[in-house]
Amino acid sequence: MKSVKVYGPGCKRCETTEKMVRDAAAKLGIDVTIEKVADAKSIAMAGVMSTPALAVDGKLVHAGGLPDAAKLEQWLAA
Amino acid sequence: MTTAIHEIGPKRETSDWVWYAGIFGAAVIGWLAYGQLIPFSEWVTALFPVARDSHSGEAIAFFAYDVPKVLLLLTGIVFVTGVLRSWFSPEKTRAMLAGKREILGYPLAALLGVLTPFCSCSSVPLFIGFVSAGVPLGVTFSFLIAGPMVGPVGLGLLYGLVGWQIATIYLVFGFSIATVAGYVMGKMRLERYLQDWVRELNAGPVGDLPEVKFIFIDRLKIGVEQVREIVGKVWIWVLVGIGIGALIHGYVPEAMMLKIMGGEAWWSVPAAVVVGVPMYTNAAGVIPIVEALLGKGAALGTTLAFMMSVIALSLPEMIILKQVLTLRLIAIFIAVVSAGILATGYLFNLLL
Repeated sequence: MKSVKVYGPGCKRCETTEKMVRDAAAKLGIDVTIEKVADAKSIAMAGVMSTPALAVDGKLVHAGGLPDAAKLEQWLAA
Repeated sequence: MTTAIHEIGPKRETSDWVWYAGIFGAAVIGWLAYGQLIPFSEWVTALFPVARDSHSGEAIAFFAYDVPKVLLLLTGIVFVTGVLRSWFSPEKTRAMLAGKREILGYPLAALLGVLTPFCSCSSVPLFIGFVSAGVPLGVTFSFLIAGPMVGPVGLGLLYGLVGWQIATIYLVFGFSIATVAGYVMGKMRLERYLQDWVRELNAGPVGDLPEVKFIFIDRLKIGVEQVREIVGKVWIWVLVGIGIGALIHGYVPEAMMLKIMGGEAWWSVPAAVVVGVPMYTNAAGVIPIVEALLGKGAALGTTLAFMMSVIALSLPEMIILKQVLTLRLIAIFIAVVSAGILATGYLFNLLL
């Protein structure tokens, strides 16, 4: 079970990122819980400056723009 | 994991080649099309049952010439900018600016504001990230003003549509306003006017993101991705802007333009700012209007003031910033930037 956080104020790219995470998890057969963090304060507290950003199991792995699909699978599988 | 890499490996080589060829091909086609703009616009205008030198004929010709021209220029500029900006990131910029209060910090922030990729939707986390990491408030403002004000899209289109002289003037004065306004606000010690929670906030350390290793083709792909995203988003503003430009070009009499936006009317500069601030569009939408205004004899200073206030001071951005700045600080921000814009406007109306 992986816990994934998607940081972003709710723009279109944030939604796309969330969908990419779901798709990748389904493809790899991994259970994930996805939490969307949209509040500016919480985003900043996590040390994120550019959105969308991704954290897997509490570790920030990506910030700024859509993640690379192949890398996303690596983060989820790791 | 190894299997994943195996899957990507061989596919990658063929697709790299396709990417290079595709980008090169698109550049050649764009270049050739750019050379055919005048015949194309004349051909389109001739399709309409109006005289070429009538008001409608002029407006249609303006529209048919500017739409493909602006879209071609925009695509090229956004691509090149996307590739260049892949070398920069908000995290690197923050590290360069942190603790720089000395005079160098302001122009550096303005320069990095132009080069750092960020979208206005993440300006709040960016603002907090900067301020909490010890980037002085004034330096942060220089960064936030320069980003939209002297963005490459605006400069590139100004260069293509109005000419290099005015593009250069715009670059120099836009950059100066960002630098000086940040400096002035830095001197005013405005930290006390941040929202309470921002002052008390001790933002987490920079997420220790692994350094992303890009090879050149990755940067090109970022450029293409930017084109898809930005051109896909702003084309409607471009059409609206060119539409307004075409109406001005075709129908507004020069005498009237001189009266409203000529250098003689002292009130026209502040009026241009007042009209410009609530107008929400981006550089790509406003420059065709600027082109038409200047063509009809509007004074350069007034037009510059209009353009700067449209691009640099936008209400939606102020509303986003309201989360971190008190109304008072937003008012000071608008006042300082407007003062710079007014000064620029009057200066050019006096000089020319």
